[in-house]
Amino acid sequence: MHELSIANAILDSVRAEGARRPGARFVKVGVRVGELSGVAPDALSFCFEALVKGTDLAPLVLEIETRPRRQRCLECDCIFPVADFDVTCPDCGAAETRCIGGDELEMVYLEMEDHEPSAA
Amino acid sequence: MSQVPLERKVLSENDRIAAELRARFAEHGILCLNLVSSPGAGKTTLLERTLEGFPRGERVAVLTGDIQTDNDARRLARFGFPVKQITTAGACHLDARMVERALEDWRLEDVNLLLVENVGNLVCPASYDLGEAAKVVILSVAEGEDKPLKYPAMFFRAELLVLSKIDLLPHVPFNMASARENAQRVRPGIEMMDVSCTTGAGLEKWREWLEARRRAIRREPANQVR
Repeated sequence: MHELSIANAILDSVRAEGARRPGARFVKVGVRVGELSGVAPDALSFCFEALVKGTDLAPLVLEIETRPRRQRCLECDCIFPVADFDVTCPDCGAAETRCIGGDELEMVYLEMEDHEPSAA
Repeated sequence: MSQVPLERKVLSENDRIAAELRARFAEHGILCLNLVSSPGAGKTTLLERTLEGFPRGERVAVLTGDIQTDNDARRLARFGFPVKQITTAGACHLDARMVERALEDWRLEDVNLLLVENVGNLVCPASYDLGEAAKVVILSVAEGEDKPLKYPAMFFRAELLVLSKIDLLPHVPFNMASARENAQRVRPGIEMMDVSCTTGAGLEKWREWLEARRRAIRREPANQVR
């Protein structure tokens, strides 16, 4: 269960970004989680919600984009997602393929409210 | 609403420290290995057998991580090499900062092999780079041969799979061929070896692998500057 520390790292980044943009009100943070990242998206969401609740960042929402493992065929150069650990090329049947993605654990974007004159 | 693109790794702070550690290891010609497995697969025992095979004066050091107790450090200190326990106090993995802190009062000039025993856990340690040259995953035959498929993130990142406790094979329903095949499916080309720390079978091959990796480090140009 290291998702709590992962969620914390995400919030640290959000706070750092907040320090750079005084007055910004963040509403959503987007992250990309590959299936080989070792991070369980559900557990990450759970920990994130628990950490945000009751803080100045609430109700910040975490949006997780999951990414499958992707391989590139060394014969025909095609790129394909891997299902059931089968890394043979679906196009030409070559066994020699290289992993080119699926271990992502990245922050992608922060969404914030636009500054508007506060309503009286 | 407006969006600010971020495009940075979630664990960028850990990765930054790991990169610094990797540079320091390279500078001192140190081979650093990160040993990972589930609890009870035999990491500490493999380290005991490894240390007892080294002559006095060998420049080897060990960091061993556990959530609680310094039992492993005490087991490993008997061999006379520098050993330090990292107690994570609840954390299920080592991170680069813990390794950096543990190394603070060691002279890296005196080390050329650093063995890091991670917390027994096949999930979380996969996400944390410690600056190691390679991860070595240990899977005991007392476990299931489908572990590589259940914990692909870890096996995907390991360069070597050590199948341990093979002296138990007559007593357990473990299918070696299937374990190897599963590991290859997750990480095509992963190196594999079979070891029993009880009978000593396979330990010679393990030591040869270690020595080959140490020689490779010494051959790297950065380390030939004197």
